[in-house]
Order: sequence, then C-alpha cells, then structure tokens
Amino acid sequence: MNLLNFRRFAIVLTLVWLGLFVLVPHVLVLLTSVMSPDAQHLAVWPLTLNSWERLFEPVYAEVFWRSLWLSTLTTVICLVLGYPFAYIVAKLPNVWRGVLLFLMIVPFWTNSLIRTYAIKLILGNKGLVNAALLGTGVVDEPLQLLYTPFAVVFGLVYVLLPFMVLPLVSSFDKLDSTLLEAAQDLGASFWARFRLIIVPLTMPGIIAGSLMVFLPAMGMFYVADLLGGAKNLLLGNIIKNQFLVVRDWPFGAAFSVALIVIMAGLLWLYFLANRRINRQGGLDDESL
Amino acid sequence: MNRSPILTLSNISKRFAAQEVLTDFHLTINDGEFFTILGPSGCGKTTVLRLIAGFEQPNEGQILLNGEDIAGIPAEKRPVNTVFQSYALFPHLTVFDNVAFGLKMAGVDAQNIAVRVADALAIVRLSDFANRKPHQLSGGQKQRVAIARAVVNRPKILLLDESLSALDYKLRQQMQLELKQLQRQLGITFVYVTHDQEEALSMSDRIVVMHNGQAQQVGTPREIYEAPRNLFVAQFIGEINVFDGEITRELGEYQYQALINGVEREIRCNHRFTAGDKVHVMLRPEDLRIDCRPNALERKGFPGIVLERNYTGQTLNSHIRLENGQTVMAHEFFDEDDPDFDYSINQKVGVDWVPGWEHVIPAERAGKS
Repeated sequence: MNLLNFRRFAIVLTLVWLGLFVLVPHVLVLLTSVMSPDAQHLAVWPLTLNSWERLFEPVYAEVFWRSLWLSTLTTVICLVLGYPFAYIVAKLPNVWRGVLLFLMIVPFWTNSLIRTYAIKLILGNKGLVNAALLGTGVVDEPLQLLYTPFAVVFGLVYVLLPFMVLPLVSSFDKLDSTLLEAAQDLGASFWARFRLIIVPLTMPGIIAGSLMVFLPAMGMFYVADLLGGAKNLLLGNIIKNQFLVVRDWPFGAAFSVALIVIMAGLLWLYFLANRRINRQGGLDDESL
Repeated sequence: MNRSPILTLSNISKRFAAQEVLTDFHLTINDGEFFTILGPSGCGKTTVLRLIAGFEQPNEGQILLNGEDIAGIPAEKRPVNTVFQSYALFPHLTVFDNVAFGLKMAGVDAQNIAVRVADALAIVRLSDFANRKPHQLSGGQKQRVAIARAVVNRPKILLLDESLSALDYKLRQQMQLELKQLQRQLGITFVYVTHDQEEALSMSDRIVVMHNGQAQQVGTPREIYEAPRNLFVAQFIGEINVFDGEITRELGEYQYQALINGVEREIRCNHRFTAGDKVHVMLRPEDLRIDCRPNALERKGFPGIVLERNYTGQTLNSHIRLENGQTVMAHEFFDEDDPDFDYSINQKVGVDWVPGWEHVIPAERAGKS
C-alpha cells in the first residue's frame, strides 16, 4: 500500500514538474508567438498571425537554409571523425576505453561558452594557429580563420563531437564480432564487411548521434555569434536577436516554435527509422 | 574406405601472448570424412578450427589444403566455411539473404543464387522460411540456416564449432542425426569440434582427442573407445575402471601373467612387456561382471562391497569398493528372466571380467599392485 502511494506520489510529482517547467513555458511561447509585438511591454494583445507570416520572408528562408547547411556539414564531419573513433574505443580493452571516454568528457566540465572563447583565441589573427603558420613561414600574413563559416563549423564540431561518439560507441558495443568473422568466412573483404554488416548494424547509433549533433547545431547561437561574427548564421541567432536585441518577442517565439516543430519532425523520423531497424534486426532500441 | 588426405597440419605451434595453445601439433584429415576434434575446454580444439578457417595464423608449421600451403591466404579467400557456435546469423538480413551472402561475395549471378539458395534451404527443410528474419526462428531453425549458409558455397571443408551445444538434448540428438545424413549426402569433409564425447562417438568417422594443445590419439570411434592409447583418452571418453598391475611373466605372444590387486591373472594385450613392467589394466563398466552368489568361496573375481546402486532404466549401475579401497563402476543390463536382479547396499560381491576384454597400457602413474 505504501509502495503504491509512493508510486502515485512520484508520478504526480513528475507530472507537476513537467507541467510547470515544460508544458507551461511552451504554452507561453506558443501564446506569445500569436501576440502583437510591443517594444515596451514585449508582447501585447490582440492576437495575430503576423509573426508567423513573417517567417516565410525570403531573408529568413535564407537563414534557414544556411542554418540547415551548416548543421548538416557539422553532422557529417562529426560522423566522419566520430565513427572510426567510436569503433576504436569499442574495440579497446576496458581500461583504455574508459580513459579515452573520460578524456573526451573532461572538456564538458568547462562551460562550452568558455571553450568557445578559447577557440576564438586559437583561431584569431594573433592566435595559436596563425602564430604557428607565420612562425614556420607557411604563410606571410595571418589567415582569416575567425568570423568565417569555417570557424563556426569548427566550433560546432568541437562542442558536439561527443554527442556523436557516445551513441556510436554504444552501437559498436552491441556489434557481435563473430558476425564480422562469419562475413569474412563467407568471403567478404574488409569493405564488404563494412558496407554490408558494420554500417547497417550500427545504423541506430549513426541516426541517434546525427540527431544529437544536428538538432543542437541548429540553435547554438553563441558559437555562431562568437566565431562567426555578428551575422545571423543559425536559426538560434535569429531567435536570440529577436528576444534580446530587436525585442520582438512574438516573432522570436514564432521562430522558436517553428524550430521545435522541425526538430520534433526529425525525432519522429528517427523513431520511425529505429522501429523499422528493430523490426528488421531484432536489435535493441535505445542507442544511448 | 580408402580416402586421400585433404588437409594436413604439420608442426603447428600457436601462442597467444605467453601462452602456448598448440605445441608441435600434427593432424591429417581425409577427403569426405566426418572428422571430430574432441577435447575438454581449453585443450586448443577451437584454435585448430580457427587456424583452418584462417582467423588465426600459426606461429610455426604448415597447413596444407590439397597439398597447397594456405598459410598466407586470408579467411575470406579460403574454400572453407564455418558454422559458428552462436550461429552468427546476420540479424538484419532475411534467411534468404543470409544464405545468399557467400554466393553474392563470390560474384554468382542472381539467377544462380536463387536456385542454389532454394536448394540449400530445401536440404535443411526451411524452404518456407526464406523471408523470415533470424529473430523469428527457433534455435534449431537458426542452426539449420547457419548450416545452409555454409554448405551453399560448396566448401572443400565445413567447419563446425560446437555447433549443437546451444540446443536442448532432444533437438541435439535430432540434429546429430541430420548432420550425419547431410554429410553423407553432400560428401563434404566435415570437421566438427566438440567437448561432448557421446556426440563425437556417434557422429564421427574419425576422432582426434586433444589435451593440452596436443593430439592424444587419432582413430575411429571404436579404436578410441576400446583401445585408448593413454590414461587421459581412456578417462575422457566414457567411464573406465583402471586397475594398476605389474607384469610377472610372459606366457606367449601378447599374453602375460600379471599381478593385479594382489591376484595373479592372465591378460592379453597388443603391447610388448617384460616382467616387472607396471601396467594399467582398463575395463569399461559394461565389461565388468558382478558375482553375487552368497557363498564367498564360490564367488569369482575381486571381492568388494556394493556402495551404491542406481537404476537407469536400461542398466543397473553399481559402485563397488574393492578390498584395497579402490572403487569400481559396473553397468549391467537387466536380465529379463531374473525379477530379483538387484543388489543391496553393503552386499558382498565379486568383481570379474571375461578374460581378453581388458585393455592394457603401460603405466603412467605410480600405482599399487
């Protein structure tokens, strides 16, 4: 009886918590998005779809596509770097794998904003990279690395790489190495084994890792702000600017909701893909 | 049947880190035979299989397939296929695609693949399961898919790594029979690894018994069972009673007088001994006779008392302690005509055997005679 009470209490507490701190704020954002902007009172009546209409202005579509492109590029680079790394980590003896994963997680103990400032110092005109290039005589004048899309992608990859690696390691852990031996036994070369066995069986990790990189990348405004200069590179930058600079809260809110909807759509696709893979392979769900 | 060797392993040594798994290992496997590598876990039997498959390379020695050294050939290029202990079916592929995998790798065209996969599935009686995924199959069905996936490639040698050990007893018995039939039907050389001596005896044309990385004895199941070459083989294959004895006199060719447990007996064997040699006189439990006549003077054989008697359905198995403290086992078939055929515990009996049924080898341990 006590246990039942406790269970009920725990469920109610969780629901109240989620309601207060997740549902209510989101409803407020949704509500704000259909209100009228006001520089002084932030958002006022009457209700209007004005902000939503403005989302489709060409200038924002451009930001959307650029944001999509930068996030996709970041995701692909993270995948290319993270995949072999995760494979190696998963194959190492337990001690080493612990050390490597630990080293990868250590930077997280520092705020990512501070780490982004550090990248700024490294990539700047008088930063480490340029100093080294100038010192060794590879270039005569400093390269413009900072405030370029390159710097933004560099920063995004740096911050988000672990989110790619962790699900992949977990996927590789589940990959039964006798399957690779079986494939080899049946005449599959290394590339055939990679293409026909390794990639399909680590697909849940690939999808999970890609989403965990792609979705935050769309919104990481501070990385774009610090490394890309004050340009509206990412959707997150627009949202931040609407709230803090332009003070058009309804428009910022509309943008936020749109971003959430896009992400929810992607998560839904992930869910569908995962379910298909599960049905195919009898693999476990959660890659995390 | 005269068969030519298909695979020869000579002087093979294999070390993992500091541990020597195989030492100066020799083995010849003949074309078309069902050959079993039998031994306790850790004896190196799986390593032999992995060397043949190409997953491991020997530190020393040669592996000849049809007279050709295959040392440098990687696993994917060897005309050898493996049925793994865990089946190792590809979980994301259908039964059809699993079986077709090797053919696709070999570049066989789609039409031929369809025909050969259908044939292979028919052989293992899984034609209706081609579109299933492995997780929709039972253990026995997975086993069959694994076999079909291997034999469809028409390998020179099929390697089976403890392939039946994951199945329950009934299914295992059935699969043993099927494997044996399949091997006869296909005419492919099967190399089967197992630690189950019963399985080895019932399926194999020839067996190698391995221990500590070395071949202890190679022979037909009958040779292995009836004439084990040493104590390890004798005790690993089934149950056996070992009497320590000493040759006292040569009576004729391969006939000796020996002192066993204080009693002089005549023994026959195909070893040459001289007086004073220590020997092991070995008898399977089913070869012992128990004399339970009440009069001690009439009883034949070594006197002892019944410690334990177990009824198994087919046989009555008894443990008998001899006067020198040794315990022997005897398995006797029921005598249908004698409804009272049984012993009571602590009953005094005599343990004897038909002269000539004993198997004698030189002693390997210091024994009391």
